[in-house]
Amino acid sequence: MVFTRNKSYVYVLLTALLVVLFVISLVYGSVSIPLGEVWNILTGQDAERAAWGHILLQSRLPQSCTAILAGAALAGSGLLLQTLFKNPLAGPSILGITDGANLGVAAVMLYFGGSFGQMTGLAINAYLTIVLAAFVGASAVLGVIIFFSTKVKSNVILLIIGIMVGYLVSSVISILNYYASADKVHAFVMWGLGNFSGVSREQLPYFALFSLSGLFIALLLIKPLNALLLGEMYAANLGVKIKRTRFLILFCTGLLAASVTAFCGPISFIGLAVPHIARLMLGSSNHNSLLPVTLIAGSCVALLCTILMVVPGSNTILPLNAVTPLLGAPVIIYVLLNRKSIQYFN
Amino acid sequence: MFETRQAVIETKELGIGYTLKGGKQKLVHGGLNLRLYAGEVTCLLGLNGAGKSTLLRTLCGFQKALAGEIYLQGKRLDLFSSLDFSLAVGVVLTEKTNAGGITAYELVSFGRHPYTGFFGRLREEDHRVIQEALESAGIAHKAHNRVAELSDGEKQKVMIAKALAQQCPIILLDEPTAFLDVTSRIETMVLLRKLAVEQNKAILLSTHDMDMAIQMGDCFWLLDKERSVKCGIPEDLILNGTFGSFFEKDGILFDPTTGKLNVEVPTDCIGVEGDFITSYWVGNALLRNGYRPADVHKDRIHVVCNSPADLRINYPSGQEETAKTVFEVIQLIKTKDK
Repeated sequence: MVFTRNKSYVYVLLTALLVVLFVISLVYGSVSIPLGEVWNILTGQDAERAAWGHILLQSRLPQSCTAILAGAALAGSGLLLQTLFKNPLAGPSILGITDGANLGVAAVMLYFGGSFGQMTGLAINAYLTIVLAAFVGASAVLGVIIFFSTKVKSNVILLIIGIMVGYLVSSVISILNYYASADKVHAFVMWGLGNFSGVSREQLPYFALFSLSGLFIALLLIKPLNALLLGEMYAANLGVKIKRTRFLILFCTGLLAASVTAFCGPISFIGLAVPHIARLMLGSSNHNSLLPVTLIAGSCVALLCTILMVVPGSNTILPLNAVTPLLGAPVIIYVLLNRKSIQYFN
Repeated sequence: MFETRQAVIETKELGIGYTLKGGKQKLVHGGLNLRLYAGEVTCLLGLNGAGKSTLLRTLCGFQKALAGEIYLQGKRLDLFSSLDFSLAVGVVLTEKTNAGGITAYELVSFGRHPYTGFFGRLREEDHRVIQEALESAGIAHKAHNRVAELSDGEKQKVMIAKALAQQCPIILLDEPTAFLDVTSRIETMVLLRKLAVEQNKAILLSTHDMDMAIQMGDCFWLLDKERSVKCGIPEDLILNGTFGSFFEKDGILFDPTTGKLNVEVPTDCIGVEGDFITSYWVGNALLRNGYRPADVHKDRIHVVCNSPADLRINYPSGQEETAKTVFEVIQLIKTKDK
């Protein structure tokens, strides 16, 4: 590990990377916009071509901002779950929480009318409904997982139960799909591929509101999260109110995973892999630095994914969930292969 | 003299045990009247299933008492807020931690949580306490190593340092020497004694390590499923036979002369005399091989130990054989016996 002790190094590096990726994500896409033009448009001057201004302001800028927020939210919820369950392989998608949110969204989209696309122009109520449905779904699955976590001691078994719950929920979604009309199913399937560009400029403030509140709660939990590294009994002895803390962590995880899922679709691997990337970079699992670094790294990875979605030299855009495993899976495999020598595993 | 002892934990008719499904209560022990004193190391001894962990967990506040009351420094345990409790009692547990990725210093700094603010920011005072705790626990030289890089004994010291950083008058430890090698076990116990004596801490630990407890414990609490708890200093409990009675089972006896549990002492006597150390170890070998070392008597075999390399076996017939090692002595006696 290169950056073992000097932690400020990591912050500087990641922030620089975030800025670079942000700029690239604005410049690069199925249509390239020159850097100078991007600057002109952002500073309110006229662009060489009018279409560029539209693409940048209506599509790329919201997409990049969404990616930054969603990446941080997913990575943050992954870290919270990994610390709470004392399990480095926990994550919102692995434990079926994303599936739960998915189910909530499916219920709303397939039965109560349309996706966000069809809801444009509607008030915050519509977003609130979908986010709330996603949150209820995510919380329901979280509740089931918590129930089982008190019954089974083994982390591996808990993970497998999470995966099974995910399958169960998916099967319910399939049944919902089966009875829904074709156009709604199509909209739902497209949404299910995951997409940071589904959030329009008008929707962005709502997404920001939900995800930033989740991230804010997460930052307030740093101290009890650290105590939980020692286990629940030690934490209780350090004055942590275990039940309340557990509830807050799960509420926060649910809110983060649900808001991302509601707005961007179910996105795999970012929540699972990014906390590991952050720990490896920092060489520490102290949440004082780990949580902020995880959030920034999550934003970077999400931006990188949006950049990689664009197939070079063509107009093709890959689905987001085709790209996230390409970045995430190798990290997890690396971590598992080296678990004996990686300190935070021991 | 006894009035100078200051009880920091006192239980009155305490009942400990579990609440089973359906609200039924399973009482493991009832009517416990225990006192834990400041400046002393108290050892909680008993066979598995005797209720050691249940008692410790109840005193740690992790488990509810089924009856009676616990007083910490004169105040009832159930009146403590979780914060107040964390200022009164520090614990060292066998719970598996996930702390491999933080440094020893950071782990000990978590002991300051009850004192720090919302974000756990450490002030100068906190850093001073952490440094002192690390030094008292003899682990300051590893402060900036990650926990995963430490040996089991060092990890235990870090956990004790964490409890010290909590600055509480009482430290409760669940089997602190269980997974340690022999030198770490001694170091840990010496450290705990030092903390009791120098910092006037009240220390209660559960252990299976009888030798160490007899050597280092100021006070014993003996636990057994069937009987009431017995308290006292180790010597009194050993001399009046209480200690032995708690551990003796079929074929296992407590030998008050050595302070060890032993297999049932055989009845086949062989006299041993001579040099003290040599005869002690010849006796040890005889015991293991089914003979009982005893006084010299003309009707039985006896071994004269002149030096470790000069051992003579005298038979009642008047015959004498010499041996150069204890091994030879045992071989000769065994062949003769057959």
